[in-house]
Amino acid sequence: MDISKLERIDETCWRIPATGKMRVPVLIYADEDLIRDMDDKVAEQAGNVASLPGIVGACYVMPDAHWGYGFPIGGVAAFDPAEGGVISAGGVGFDISCGVRTLTTGLKREEVEPLKKSLAEALFIHIPAGVGSKGSISLNDAEMDAMLKGGATWAVKQGYGREEDLERIEEHGCMAGADPAQVSKRARERQRREMGTLGSGNHYLEVQVVEEIFNPDVAKVFGLEADEVVVTIHCGSRGLGHQIGSEYLKLMQKAAKEAGIELPDRELACAPIRSPVGQRYLGAMRAGINCALANRQIITHLVRKVFAEFFPDHDLKLIYDVSHNTCKEEEHEVGGKRRRVFVHRKGATRAFGPGHPALPEAFRLVGQPVIIGGSMGTGSYILVGTTESERRSLSSACHGAGRCLSRRQATKTWKGQQVIAELERQGIIVCSPSMRGVAEEAPQAYKPVDAVVRAADKAGLARLVARLRPLVCIKG
Amino acid sequence: MAEAGWEHFEHMADIGVRGWGPTLEEAFAQAALALTAVVTDPARVEPRQAVTIELERDDDGDLELLLVDFLDAVIYEMAVRKMLFSRFDVEIDDRRLRATLWGEPVDRAKHQPAVEVKGATFTELKVTRSDDGRWVAQCVLDV
Repeated sequence: MDISKLERIDETCWRIPATGKMRVPVLIYADEDLIRDMDDKVAEQAGNVASLPGIVGACYVMPDAHWGYGFPIGGVAAFDPAEGGVISAGGVGFDISCGVRTLTTGLKREEVEPLKKSLAEALFIHIPAGVGSKGSISLNDAEMDAMLKGGATWAVKQGYGREEDLERIEEHGCMAGADPAQVSKRARERQRREMGTLGSGNHYLEVQVVEEIFNPDVAKVFGLEADEVVVTIHCGSRGLGHQIGSEYLKLMQKAAKEAGIELPDRELACAPIRSPVGQRYLGAMRAGINCALANRQIITHLVRKVFAEFFPDHDLKLIYDVSHNTCKEEEHEVGGKRRRVFVHRKGATRAFGPGHPALPEAFRLVGQPVIIGGSMGTGSYILVGTTESERRSLSSACHGAGRCLSRRQATKTWKGQQVIAELERQGIIVCSPSMRGVAEEAPQAYKPVDAVVRAADKAGLARLVARLRPLVCIKG
Repeated sequence: MAEAGWEHFEHMADIGVRGWGPTLEEAFAQAALALTAVVTDPARVEPRQAVTIELERDDDGDLELLLVDFLDAVIYEMAVRKMLFSRFDVEIDDRRLRATLWGEPVDRAKHQPAVEVKGATFTELKVTRSDDGRWVAQCVLDV
């Protein structure tokens, strides 16, 4: 990104003042290296978001941002319905409520290491992943409605997991306001055989080891110990969410036109929150969130079953489940007053600080776990929400490493087999149905996640707690 | 007469598909072939079974919106039927688009599918006709 157009506020905050049609400024959180590497399109897209009706505060950009469609990936923006605020399907994305959850195992690295290969094979067999994979669950219409209403709560009732998991999930496992009637037949059809499947692309299931702890007090609250093995699941709302995204993107083209909203980019299609299409999308999107929560819950159940075969005396406990493609109604202080706004986080994690009433009791004193997925070679991080992120980014933090190389360039540069062999030398077992998929997801195709989380920490969006390194990676 | 063909174009996180040909229909069919190529090598997909799709055109006849609708319909059939397609016969008239997709069920060993396509986007969306009569249809797919 050309930094000559940016005002530098401090070491990790850059500002694009509101000019032209922009209603609010853009605030980008990144260090100098990250911002120089950031696509110019990010600034352009964030500027476009800043021009949408009813936006409040600023359009915030996370350190892992890259060129998306409409909104940049890593973009955060809140809209006030009382000021004509809008909701945008592109501001949530096609993979509604794509997110990450991490479970502790109570196992030490040396207990898992000798069984790593067979554990990887068992996980690969039992967790459906990749194109064309089918789950073993098939839902009829009534069951689909119950799932879309109930999310992880529904899944637990069906026997996938247990009650205590629910408080360790955003929204306590069930997004309120879901309206299954707004989810089309086609979206349901696309989901029918996809419950409990991982998907493909950057989605994964990893067995990881806690390699470093930066904040022992918070780590203890989260249940993390050095050298302990954890499991992380990264996936979303599967076909149902993708179909809702596609359908409402088109409906919002018309809705924006009818509402007289001038769109700087077609992909920013949106509808006033208080319009019929806006309300319908909210109902459908919340159902999509529940689908993602149910999906990750079912996969958790499958992972527990596999672990129980290898380590019958150990119990997998959920630390937390966070989403990074959502729009949520939240209360924030913006412009000196408390407002109820609709916060779009597209490739950004909610990061509530200590004391926030939405947090489960266990985290009330320290803040919310913020799980940041890296690439399969470089590992992931767990951070904790801060009090200052409320003011800095509407309580939001980055979500991952962010790509730095296109899929095409990645496949030109590496072969899947070579990536797998190299990772095996580093002690990481990768299982995937597709060698090209592995090449496209090569660790070097992603930005260094370390730099991204350091910037987030320095900017006060969230604070470092622990770094996780993969032992096993199941790729879709 | 312009040749028909397809290619992928760069997008940081996702992938762009571009199809071209002497007719609008051929450009659409080639864009769909480029879509299959995001997932697997189309040469590995045998056109054994046919699936038909039919779409109503938008009121104002927006061809770009029609391309998104068409690619989304192909993505839907791929997802629901767990199939891959390697031949596309497309007809477009005033009011509708009809297409027959030829392919076979996904075989993970044979096709080694790389990545699932979530949806067609409006990014880099263009349906144009150049002076030499060549039609081009393109957009970025979310994967």
